Amino acid sequence: MAVDEQLKIEMGKQGVFVTTLQELYNWGRRSSIWPMQFGLACCAIEMIATTMARYDLARFGAEVFRPSPRQADMMIISGTVTKKMAPQVVRLYNQMAEPRYVIAMGACAISGGPFKQGYNVLKGIDRYIPVDVHIPGCPPRPEALLEAFMALQKKIDAQPLTGEGRPRHLDAEAPGEFPVPEQGAHDLEPAANKSVWTVPVVIR
Amino acid sequence: MAFNPYFSLAVLFVVALCFGLTPLALAWLWSRVFSPQKPNAIKNAIYECGLVSKGDAWVQFRSSYYVYAIMFLIFDVEAVFLLPFAVAFLGLGVAACVSMLVFVLLLVEGLVWAWAKGVLTWA
Repeated sequence: MAVDEQLKIEMGKQGVFVTTLQELYNWGRRSSIWPMQFGLACCAIEMIATTMARYDLARFGAEVFRPSPRQADMMIISGTVTKKMAPQVVRLYNQMAEPRYVIAMGACAISGGPFKQGYNVLKGIDRYIPVDVHIPGCPPRPEALLEAFMALQKKIDAQPLTGEGRPRHLDAEAPGEFPVPEQGAHDLEPAANKSVWTVPVVIR
Repeated sequence: MAFNPYFSLAVLFVVALCFGLTPLALAWLWSRVFSPQKPNAIKNAIYECGLVSKGDAWVQFRSSYYVYAIMFLIFDVEAVFLLPFAVAFLGLGVAACVSMLVFVLLLVEGLVWAWAKGVLTWA
């Protein structure tokens, strides 16, 4: 039974706290996101700054940067993803524990950025793995990463545990493995994962 | 029922077993209900630096490393035993000195063997 928000506040004033299992579960999920210790380019320096005392990522329960994908559930794509590095990034993503989240940090990670016209830079990591939050910037300031973090936490908080839109690990049908691209003669093959990315339609 | 003197031990054993197994069972139940696994072939692979692992995880070391083991024994273990021997040397009897001599001779024999084999020459 859902309790009315106003009633909840009133009861809280009287010292009675009510919650739902979903709220409790999502509170636990969003307060203990463990990022993977993994930096790709200059954005990684801003990511490191975010973890340090001045910006203090620990306030959000995410200071535990894990050196192994098995212990991490968030990947910050911090920098330029070259086509040589993309298969490794996708493989690491596949090895992470569910439920897992991705923040694409900076112009390069979300679109190729200043290197978009280059032959060897991937034009956005969202071609291969589902990205939860995109942050623009070159590089984004630590505040922007914190903002992305809070956006991710809000997203987790709003997820229902059953039915449509439930987290992937609770959905037996949802895919757990995302195909790793291989180096082809001219480009990565396949050039994109069709199930997570479609060619955007340009409206003029 | 005749009272078995080991009955209390059996009870303690069962309690100890439950003490260990209950948290494990709870953890297993928790992971099954609240965080179902989503395994895949890539996740179950043995290495985790992003690259595909080459070869087997079971690496064999060459048996010829036994030479290093022997040399380590001669120079390191001998020193460990010689130090207390040297400290207590003045107060030792003849029997202790002779047995120590035998011990050192055994190790010297190993050193002579290694020397004759040419192990000590820096390749």
